[in-house]
Amino acid sequence: MNTSFNWIKELVPGLENVTDEEYRDAMTLSGTKVECFEKLDKNLEKIVVGKILSVEQHPDADKLVVCKLDVGEDEPVQIVTGAPNIKVGTSGQLVPVVLAGGKIAAAHGESEIPENGIKIKKGKLRGVESFGMMCGIDELGSSRDIFPDAPEDGIYILSGDHKPGENAAKVLGLDDTVFEYEITNNRVDCYSVLGVAREAAATFKKEFKSPEIKQTGNVEKAEDYLTVEIKDADLCPRYTARIVKNIRIGESPEWMKKRLRSCGIRPINNIVDITNYVMEEFGQPMHAFDHETIAGKKIVVKRASDSEKFITLDGVERNLDGEMLMIADGEKYIGIAGIMGGENSKITDDVSTLVFESATFDGTNIRKSAKRLSMRTDASGKFEKGLDPETAIEAVNRACALVEELGAGEVVGGVIDIYPNPVSRRKIKFRPDSYNRLLGTDIPKDEMLRFFKPLEIEYDSANDELIIPTFRQDLIRDADIAEEVARFYGYDNIPVTLPTGSSDADMVGGILFDERVKVRAMDTAEALGFSQSLTYSFESPKVFDKLRLKEDAPERNTVKISNPLGEDFSVMRTLPVNGMMTSLANNYNRRSKDVRLYELAKVYLPVEGEDLPDERTMFTLGFYGEGDFFDMKGVAETFFDRLGMNKKRAYEATQEYPFMHPGRTADIIYEGTKLGYIGEVHPKVADDYGIGEKVYLAVIDLNSIESFVSFEAKYTGIANFPSVTRDISFVMEKDIPVGEVEEIIEKQAGSLLESYGLFDLYEGESIKEGFKSVAYNITFRAPDRTLTDEDVNPIMDKIIEELGARGFELRQ
Amino acid sequence: MKEQLREITDKTLEKIKGISTGEELNDIRVKVLGKKGELTGLLQNMKNVPAEERPEIGRIVNEARERIEEAIKQADAEISEKVLAESIKKEKIDVTLPAKKKAYGHRHPNRIVLEEVEKIFIGMGYEVVHGPEVELDYYNFEALNIPANHPAKDEQDTFYVNEKVVLRTQTSPVQVRQMERGKIPIRMIAPGRVFRADEVDATHSPCFHQVEGMVIDENITFADLKGTLESFAKRIFGEDTKTKFRPHHFPFTEPSAEMDVTCFKCKGKGCRVCKGEGWIEILGCGMIHPLVLERCNIDTEKYSGFAFGIGLERLALLKYEIDDMRLLYENDIRFLNQF
Repeated sequence: MNTSFNWIKELVPGLENVTDEEYRDAMTLSGTKVECFEKLDKNLEKIVVGKILSVEQHPDADKLVVCKLDVGEDEPVQIVTGAPNIKVGTSGQLVPVVLAGGKIAAAHGESEIPENGIKIKKGKLRGVESFGMMCGIDELGSSRDIFPDAPEDGIYILSGDHKPGENAAKVLGLDDTVFEYEITNNRVDCYSVLGVAREAAATFKKEFKSPEIKQTGNVEKAEDYLTVEIKDADLCPRYTARIVKNIRIGESPEWMKKRLRSCGIRPINNIVDITNYVMEEFGQPMHAFDHETIAGKKIVVKRASDSEKFITLDGVERNLDGEMLMIADGEKYIGIAGIMGGENSKITDDVSTLVFESATFDGTNIRKSAKRLSMRTDASGKFEKGLDPETAIEAVNRACALVEELGAGEVVGGVIDIYPNPVSRRKIKFRPDSYNRLLGTDIPKDEMLRFFKPLEIEYDSANDELIIPTFRQDLIRDADIAEEVARFYGYDNIPVTLPTGSSDADMVGGILFDERVKVRAMDTAEALGFSQSLTYSFESPKVFDKLRLKEDAPERNTVKISNPLGEDFSVMRTLPVNGMMTSLANNYNRRSKDVRLYELAKVYLPVEGEDLPDERTMFTLGFYGEGDFFDMKGVAETFFDRLGMNKKRAYEATQEYPFMHPGRTADIIYEGTKLGYIGEVHPKVADDYGIGEKVYLAVIDLNSIESFVSFEAKYTGIANFPSVTRDISFVMEKDIPVGEVEEIIEKQAGSLLESYGLFDLYEGESIKEGFKSVAYNITFRAPDRTLTDEDVNPIMDKIIEELGARGFELRQ
Repeated sequence: MKEQLREITDKTLEKIKGISTGEELNDIRVKVLGKKGELTGLLQNMKNVPAEERPEIGRIVNEARERIEEAIKQADAEISEKVLAESIKKEKIDVTLPAKKKAYGHRHPNRIVLEEVEKIFIGMGYEVVHGPEVELDYYNFEALNIPANHPAKDEQDTFYVNEKVVLRTQTSPVQVRQMERGKIPIRMIAPGRVFRADEVDATHSPCFHQVEGMVIDENITFADLKGTLESFAKRIFGEDTKTKFRPHHFPFTEPSAEMDVTCFKCKGKGCRVCKGEGWIEILGCGMIHPLVLERCNIDTEKYSGFAFGIGLERLALLKYEIDDMRLLYENDIRFLNQF
């Protein structure tokens, strides 16, 4: 929404001395946020009206002329120009002139607008002195879009009567500032100059002077010219129409043109300008039909039927459907309601009688129809917000008053007004205590009432009620009124306190258990050199092929987005692997070495019979470069240690994951529960991601480990008695994992076992083919005595016996 | 005998003065004090000394022994010190050679900022909670006064799974889920991932993060909201930060506001970070709309509350002066290493 500051000042007397900056700040703080403003004459200096007295040929240049102009000074000034529309021998035209020492906004024909304008100095053109410059419209910082009467190439000739020496910027309406606002969608009324002016009045505590709308109309009756029927009243709460005859199409007066131009609207002719003016002023779009084209002199408002077609006034054929509201006459459609009129009824220059339509349509319907037609027009943009039906009648009467004022035609008496369910003004109990309680303020009742006055919220003291104007459909309950009080009291003036809360409030902040697990994961990963990554939650279903998943793999069952940005973002991930691989690949491509990343990545697993998926957080680690499987295993082990998961963590070789190396991947099992997996990424997959090195991955489901985690610690004493360590060495088949040895040790060693560790692993010479030599040390300790051979020997015998039974051969 | 003693003593002491190594010292020790040493030998001659002189001679011998031992001890100490000094001299290193660093991973800047935010609110008694990212339309919209056909539903360009299920466009649904648990008072923040159908560019991402905050209790006022968020702003951007509350509109709060803070870089003078305005928009907030409370069966005559929503990426981008949001999701190690 844009408005001219001059227009606002006209409606709110008393703002004359408010600067642009003050206005911006105050409006923003009271809720009408100013996005930006542009002072139209910011780079214009010494621009005056000049009257051409004489034009003579330049003695030394065919394309230049030498002009004498009256610029309101004692002596005429001499200006040399090459503009094609200033011809030898002419005189009397009024033109904008920048005097030497002044400034213009831009150079003619240059698309770039200099930040600080262009200074004009006196100079010599081919030996003849020139004391300034006559200006084209672009040199004044404007354009032919809104000054259609300006020549494409040449000096702008001013129309009307102006005194030489007068400020030409002012004559052109450039002594104005245009403000652009961000209007929130609850404030439909502020999509109009009147709405913004009302806010300005309330903000500056001034009076709001709404324009006086004169009664118009001859003795005839509009009903004799036209009848209106609303067939689909659900979509059209109100339809008003007035008739104007003896139309005299012509130019609008300068004041109206200035207003329109300040809103960026190009003046066209008086009738079009009036409808545009009223739309800006009231925010109410209007449409004008040529009365002669209306068959049966009857207007019907009704839904279209599916697959009908209609040509709008821009000459384009549109496809209609059964939810689009149409304006029809006795035989045919003549407009798409609230969006665009029809070609068949549009106003031409020889129109003699016209129908002004000012109606209210259902906002949602208009929005959706405009979307389906892909034609969001100025009108539909206003209607879609849901307009106040009370404004419709004011707007049509305003338009007719302007017709009379401009002498554009003869207004027929009476108004056609189909308005089956008039809206009434809402009444709300006035509860100043409630507002103060919500705001934490102590604003007197009378002050509140003063805020309301410019907003046209009335107070009925007899019933202690507020009467809300119909254009404020957003004011319904105490909280809404409290906001009005707060806005004009000033958010900045509301005190600053901290919540005290109820007396029994015992609020201790903190993070929940699952978050502690995550923080521990992050700390561990970072201590071990992994940096945190973030990737999108959605990905392409093609990822599953890249990860070599089978056609019927359960991971292919995803939460699908019905309106994705594209296939690449169309399914919610069920695996965190693609994100990690993509991040690693990004780094590999950029030649970073030894990259280690982790992510706390959510996966989204559909649950049969549930609306929402199971969202699980996967602690995912990945690296390439220095390190191998066992480094990654070390990371996992450290992590479990840090979470107090001190029982046996089993690693079972698996070939279950098609994207992992089948001989170098293990499931991580704890207390019989699978927590995740770890291993080398399948070389083919790494290659498909463009990573030319081995990639290692660990994926741990944080939701599944939660029940095993403990952050509790207890001091158990420091051992007082010495330990006993025994070594054993034996030969076993190469393919049997040493994990089996460890199981035997744990099973047989009993409660005296303190620790055990692999200290030698050997294959090759002196060991027979297909076998390996393995050596462990086993440490025993008792808390209450020094262990002797009698304690340890029987245990070792049992271990050796079971190892032997398993076929492992003891070495001496 | 006395003469012999003095001679040995003087000779030995003289020798000790001249030696420079531990070995030489040891040789002397053995030669003089050892089992077959000179002094020991002399003592064996004691039997030849007349009985009445023995105590006298014994005392002199012991004295000589003590003197020699003392001299040896002293010489030993001097030699050790010398040896240590030499060895230390040899151990000299070039301290400007490179350090042996252990690789340490880095937290994502988003997360660092989130933890700062969390810490501030935890300190004020807030609990950190979470809600689902794939969310029911009801929680994301309807319960927050955004009914079907509301323009906000279009504006937000929601990703839909089906008619009933969306990718949440805001963290506000967590408010409703928390209220529905029926335990009041509430002080919570809910950080998390949200989704909007925005094409990826320097300032947009279809996937980003918000931190929702909510307080419900008796006598909670707009002034409390201001105070809470002002405290937050000062802690996160510095004590000299000023705040400005501008009226705004959100369907689920009334009155509503947006909060600006003075630019932490230029302190309000205007710079590149704040685009010359001196102020930066940080968050949206407001008093919880009575309809939202009522829908969760909360007595609006007794309780009131406020809520706010902070864009996490915005904070991170501002705080670290990151000029392109895409960097946050590329995970380039050269980027991550800077935090």
